[in-house]
Amino acid sequence: MVEFGTHQHMWGPRRVTKLLGGIPVLRFPGSFDRSYPARSFPRGDAGHPAASALPEPSCRPVSSDVPISEALLMKVSRTAQIGLVSCHPEVYEPCDDSFALVDALLADREHLIEHRPRLCMELGCGSGYVISSLAIMLGELGCGVNYFATDINPDAAQVTRETLEAHGLHAEVISTDIASGLQKRLAGMIDVVVVNPPYVPTPEEEVGCKGITASWAGGENGRTVIDRIFPVADELLSEKGWLYMVTLTANNPTQVCRMMKEKGYASRIIVQRSTEEESLHVIKFWRDGVIANSAEGSDSWLSQFPFKSFWRSSGTSA
Amino acid sequence: MRLLTHNMLSCNIKGVANGFPLRLEAEKWVEKEVELNADFLRHIFPKIEWKALAGAARAVGYCELPEEADAAMLDSEDFLRRFHHALLEIHVEEGALVCPETGRGFPITKGIPNMLLHEDEV
Repeated sequence: MVEFGTHQHMWGPRRVTKLLGGIPVLRFPGSFDRSYPARSFPRGDAGHPAASALPEPSCRPVSSDVPISEALLMKVSRTAQIGLVSCHPEVYEPCDDSFALVDALLADREHLIEHRPRLCMELGCGSGYVISSLAIMLGELGCGVNYFATDINPDAAQVTRETLEAHGLHAEVISTDIASGLQKRLAGMIDVVVVNPPYVPTPEEEVGCKGITASWAGGENGRTVIDRIFPVADELLSEKGWLYMVTLTANNPTQVCRMMKEKGYASRIIVQRSTEEESLHVIKFWRDGVIANSAEGSDSWLSQFPFKSFWRSSGTSA
Repeated sequence: MRLLTHNMLSCNIKGVANGFPLRLEAEKWVEKEVELNADFLRHIFPKIEWKALAGAARAVGYCELPEEADAAMLDSEDFLRRFHHALLEIHVEEGALVCPETGRGFPITKGIPNMLLHEDEV
């Protein structure tokens, strides 16, 4: 059997999802389709504006008798390899939300290359899977791009460094709360900010707890940390900067987009993904008036939500 | 931690007005060769606090940077090479960053500066 670095072949025996609140979920390599049906990914419908641009999900189950296509190999080489991601009991391992974010970056990869970012930053880097994947997919830009990654959990910062090193990559890793200590001097300098925030609705007192809890505890509506991140991202982003953020339906992404619009940001859903556990959106934000890329023009964020059901839960809170 | 990061970090304790630059106390550092990218260096140069970079470089024994620098120097290949080396090729693995105003030290462990604050500092 060919040892092959796709996510599904490399799962360790223990997984944690944000929504399960850290309860370990037993997974068996190569068999998650049976043991965990939520990991087959409905891709939205053909009417989704970004549907044609989406790559195949990077965690699609592949059995060993399926021939490895060249396209898949190409794609594998464009993300970090799960087998090289370091781990620690107190650090969130790559999961559906991490894969959704990486798939969103992959879907937007051509634009990212054209964007020619000089400085990229991940806030809350966890295992380092996302920042490593970003550095791999922007590899052709070579040493013209430098990366920063922060995490409030020092164990996560260390694990991120190990993951980067295992891939032969480098990012400057800093243990800090969001971008505290960096945001003043880095203001207006970051061209790409990526965030997979702690988005799970929890009691407020769990927010910012030590260890792995900090990776999911999002307070009321899962918005406590998200709402602290936006002003920081706004300060960090360069004039042409892009922000990619994972949100959960419970976070009220329509209201998030509306709030960002008031701050002068346009937005677009790059990936929409539902599992049995959660409905995730990866939203891209950019300063309105700055062309994000030729394909996007000035689409209204409103026209980008293809699912009526989505609106029912979003309400009109201002 | 590269000196690029040192140049971008300031003390984040509430109420501190002069938290930059943090004094670099390096105990262990390594040098790793990286391909020079002149475009990146020219882009980042205006954002670099030169005295802080030159001071941090001296703290790790690299004294080849001029005391002052201006954009015209970016035309010199020799200058670019020194700037590149100081900014991106020196990695501080162990040590501390010390706030110039309060004297609070932020440890650097395994190359990672820890800027987390205690409750009474936020």
